[in-house]
Parts: sequence; structure tokens; C-alpha cells
Amino acid sequence: MVAESAVRIGVLLPDLLGTYGDTGNAVVLRQRLRWRGIAAHLVPLGHDTAVPESCDLYVLGGGEDSAQVLATRHLNADGGLRRAVGRGAVVLAVCAGLQVLGESFATADGTTVPGLGLLDLTTGRRAVRAVGEVLAAPATDLLATPLTGFENHGGATALGPDARPLAHVRRGVGNGSNDRTEGAITGRVVGTYLHGPVLARNPELADLLLGWVTGIPLTPLELPEVTALRARCIGRHRSRG
Amino acid sequence: MALTAARARVRQRPGCTVRTSPALPARTRLAVVAGLLAGRLSRCCGRSGTVIGGRTASALDPQALARLAAQRTVVLVSGTNGKTTTALMTARALRHHAASVASNHEGANMPDGLVAALIRDGSAPIAVLEVDEPYLPQVVAAVRPAAVVLLNITRDQLDRVGETRMVAARIERAFAAAPELTVVANADDPLVVAAALAAARQVWVSGGSGWIGDARVCPQCGAAIAYQADGHWSCRCGLHRPTAAWTICEDVLSAPDGSHTALRLALPGRANRLNAGFAAATADLLGVPLSAVLDQLRAVTDVDGRYRTVHRGDHQVRLLLAKNPAGWQETLSMLDRPGPHRPSVVLAVNAREADGADPSWLWDVPFEQLGGHEVLVVGDRAADLAARLAYAEVDHRVVADLVAAVDAAPPGPLDLLANYTAFREAARRLCGGR
Repeated sequence: MVAESAVRIGVLLPDLLGTYGDTGNAVVLRQRLRWRGIAAHLVPLGHDTAVPESCDLYVLGGGEDSAQVLATRHLNADGGLRRAVGRGAVVLAVCAGLQVLGESFATADGTTVPGLGLLDLTTGRRAVRAVGEVLAAPATDLLATPLTGFENHGGATALGPDARPLAHVRRGVGNGSNDRTEGAITGRVVGTYLHGPVLARNPELADLLLGWVTGIPLTPLELPEVTALRARCIGRHRSRG
Repeated sequence: MALTAARARVRQRPGCTVRTSPALPARTRLAVVAGLLAGRLSRCCGRSGTVIGGRTASALDPQALARLAAQRTVVLVSGTNGKTTTALMTARALRHHAASVASNHEGANMPDGLVAALIRDGSAPIAVLEVDEPYLPQVVAAVRPAAVVLLNITRDQLDRVGETRMVAARIERAFAAAPELTVVANADDPLVVAAALAAARQVWVSGGSGWIGDARVCPQCGAAIAYQADGHWSCRCGLHRPTAAWTICEDVLSAPDGSHTALRLALPGRANRLNAGFAAATADLLGVPLSAVLDQLRAVTDVDGRYRTVHRGDHQVRLLLAKNPAGWQETLSMLDRPGPHRPSVVLAVNAREADGADPSWLWDVPFEQLGGHEVLVVGDRAADLAARLAYAEVDHRVVADLVAAVDAAPPGPLDLLANYTAFREAARRLCGGR
């Protein structure tokens, strides 16, 4: 859809799943559109708000176990996000968000909670929490440059046949199911364990999502600060071997 | 409270020189002597000597913390933000009772640091100790405090401390296991309230909630907490904001006796007025009336270097510490102050062990507010911060060195905002001797 009117970015449940700075992803998306002369605004969608299916793009972040269960119940009962994806909306889901959009996830007390089923993946628990820097090579030809981020999760996520991995882990844990994959893509729904926030560190991924939304080629955007940040994150991993 | 006896102990030992109490077991006395020697040696070698003495003593007597604390009236101060300031204010207030109050104001707030403080002020009958919140449960179990001040529980160094609800749940269990414990607690923070309710007695303090980003889900039942515009909050399970005995509204402190007092602190900001309210409530609990406390609270101008203004070249540099989103939000609100010039701002963010390794939280801080200030960026996380500022459209310059950043700013007032290790560096290099 060409953005004749402003692009609407739905910020899903920042009050429940906004623990790890992931709301920054929405700021990055909006700013990268505005700098290209495309109007965009954020639509905060708290837990007491119905999810409109009219947004072009939705972002969902990470959070604690109980908040994750509450968020999942809310999104399943509301149905707005599922309808939006059904009509082609783009979604970025990070960490707990990735687990919420999957088929199911297990909580710390061993309960299995049904997810939204928008990503073909299931999540169990890891014995040891995965905490630290991640460097990953794209597993899709939609991306050309390495992905960098910080992971902090206790999930072991296995991808089903309808989900493609987003990347292959070079350093860190990622999905944590012994296949060295990181993240998942099903259609225009993208999930990842990477914080940072992920779109601040990986502008190519941001522009992939925005390209899906606008349907037009996006002009390149040079941000020296982001180039320097990537050089530090990626260079540091390489130097450590 | 055992303060009459405490005061008597002080009188028995004029001069308050460091010495071990004869009531201590031989092993602890040996540990104390070794700890004192280790601390002095360390200082002779030019190091701070803050923790090494405690570490030495704890190695020789694993019960050192409990045994040293058993000698005195102990107040613990914990929470994500405001520990050091509140502990300093409380210690000053309690000097009304005792000539000497043991404390760890230099920020060594893990168990070895507490042991070091108790060794250093060996004869002080009262101790006011700030405690890193992940260690609060074990410290409560060891020292049997007269009171615990619990200020707030918000996200901080998620990779090291863990998520807030787990921290709060551990504190709740420790409170439940402590007999006769009184907690002076923040009525506006649901995580604090749920933990404090497990204690035998509570004194509630309220100053309005600045940051509620970590308290949207009920810590007791997992449902969403409902907030009202007036700050009241409640959950369908019954957990709700308790009625506060002490409230702080703007600059006015309202006490349980119905009195209203203008605080008129030297320290800036809403958060420090709240810290002062906690100190006043705690002092009152231990028998020191507000009238005897106010001058002490107002006299605090500098908390281990924080809020201090130092002069360097043509710059008047105010040092401000901020470690996490809630703290940065409060600190950014302190930048605009009366005067013809907007201060320049130096942002110094490190990512060492005491700072946390994940910089994502920078995106939870409303740096957009810095628009119009001259902004300089320095520290391990300068690149992360620069990217954050670029997206916030805040003009900035990245500088390699902290002091060089100060020198590069235009002449005039300058606010230096730093996280933990960056702040230590700033205090050491700009104030000297730290």
C-alpha cells in the first residue's frame, strides 16, 4: 500500500511488554519514514485499548513472565492483531513478543500458554538464561548485512515448517534450540530475540519492514552514528573471534 | 527501641575510636582486626580500601556481618534509586541519638561493603546501611534490622539484577521471615507495597509516582493494575495503594500528626524531596522528631559527589548520577534551572560490570527533552547514546575523554549526567582524590 496518508505504527502493549527498551523500535521506524518525507505516527495500544486492525505496522516488545501471559490473553481475546496480519499488516515482535506470536510458550512455572499462532514456532524453557551480545548472519536473502543485538531470555524456541529463520547465530544463543538459528519470519511477521533495540542497531531490517509497508523503494539513509555503532558491535565480535 | 542503651554505649566510649567490642566472639574480633589492617594497607597503597576490609573479615568469619550488626540498631535502605541520598539523610537525622552513626555512603552496598562499614565505625551504636536490592534478602536475614526503608523497585541492569518482579518476590519472602520487622515503604509502588505487606509493620510514605513502567502488572495475581489520575492504584485481587502516613506534595511534607512543613532542601528535584520524606519517617520511627531532623535534611548539599558543583576553566560543572530509566527521567527533569543560560550537558554512559551490559534502556529515557542544550557524549556507550540522540534529533558531539568533553563545552553552567562507573570517574577526575 502506498502511503498517501500517514503510516500508522501500532505500539502494542508498551505498558506490559516494554521492559527492554524495545519501544525504541517504533521510534526508529517513525523517524526513518519522516526523514524520507513520509508522514508517520505512533499509535500506543495499551492493555486497556482494543487493537485496531487499521495500522500498517505493529511492534511488540519484551517483558516479564506474568506480563507476557497477560499480553497473550489480551491479544488472543481482542483478535485485532490477528485480523490485521490477515489483511497483510507488518509485525515486528521481540523476545517475549516473538514467543507470544508463536503457537505456544512455557512459563517459568511450567505452564504452557497458547500463543497467537502468527509465527510457526513453539517455545520451551532453557536451563540457563541466555544473556549477552549476539552476532548473526542473515538466513534470508532479504537482508545482506550481519544482525547485532543483545539477548536476555530463558526461552528455547523451535521453528516449524512455516517459519524461516531470520539469521544464523555466529556468537550468542538466539532461538536456543541447537540449530543456531535466530528469529523467525512467517509472511510479513518477523520475530527476533535481539534487543538493542534491534532496529536501532540494524537499519537494514528496519528498512525491510518499511519497504513492505510503503511498497515503494526507499531512498538510502546515511546515519554516521549508526554506522559507528555497528562498527563497534560487529568489530568487537570479530576481534574476539 | 534500644536507643537509650545505644546512647549509653556511646557515652561509655568517648572519642569513638575504632575498636572491637568485647562482646564479639574471638573469631569475629580476629576478623575485624584483619579487616581493619587490610583496609589500611589498601589505603596506604592508594586504593579506596572500602571493600577489601570487609572481604577479609568475611573470609575469616562468615558470620561477621550478623555478629557486627547484633551490637547495634540497624536501619537498611534499599531500592533501585535514592538509596545513597536517603541513607545519608537518615544517618544525619539519627545523629540526634548518637554521636556516631555507622554508614556506607561511599556506595559499597553489597555484603562485604556493609561489613567494612561496621568495622570502620566499630563503636557506633546505630548503623544506617544502604543495600543493593538483590542482596537485601540475605542482609535482612543476617542483621535483623530495626527497620528497612524500601524506596522503589524499577528496572535496572536487567542482565545483572534480573526482572523487577523476581527481585520483589525475594524481598517479600525475606520480610515474611523476619520477626518484628518494620518497613518504611513507598505506597505508590505496587511492587514495594506487595513486598512490604509481608513485614510485621509498615510505615507508608507517598510522594507521587514518577515512573510506573515496571508496575503495570499486579505482583500478587498477575492482572493489570488500574491507575487513577490522582495516583491511586488498585488491582481486582484487592491489592491497592495504602493510605500513607507521610506524604510529600510539591515541597510540603505532611506528617502523621497532621503538621505540614516546607522542606526547602538544598538538593534539587522531586525524587530528593521524596528521599527526605523517607528519612524523616524513619527518624520519627526511631524516636527523632521532625523538628530535630529538618535542618539536617536541608544541610545535605552533596551526596558522595552527586549534586556537587565544581569549577573547571570557564565551566561550573554540576555532577549528577543516573543509572536507569527511572533515574534518568528524574535527573533530566533537574536540568532546567533559573538563570540566563541553558546549561550544556555532558552525557557519560559506561557499560562495565557495575553498569550492566545491555544498553537498550537508553531508549526508555526521554532524551528528546535535551533539544536546545549543547550536548556532548562520552563513555563506553557513546556510540549507543549517539544513535539514540540522532533518532531523537538532538544535536550532539561525541568526545573521547570525559574531562575533554567538559573542556569542549561552551563556557558557563554545565550539567554532567553519568551512570555509575562514569560518575566515579567524573568525581575522581573533576573533584580530585576520589
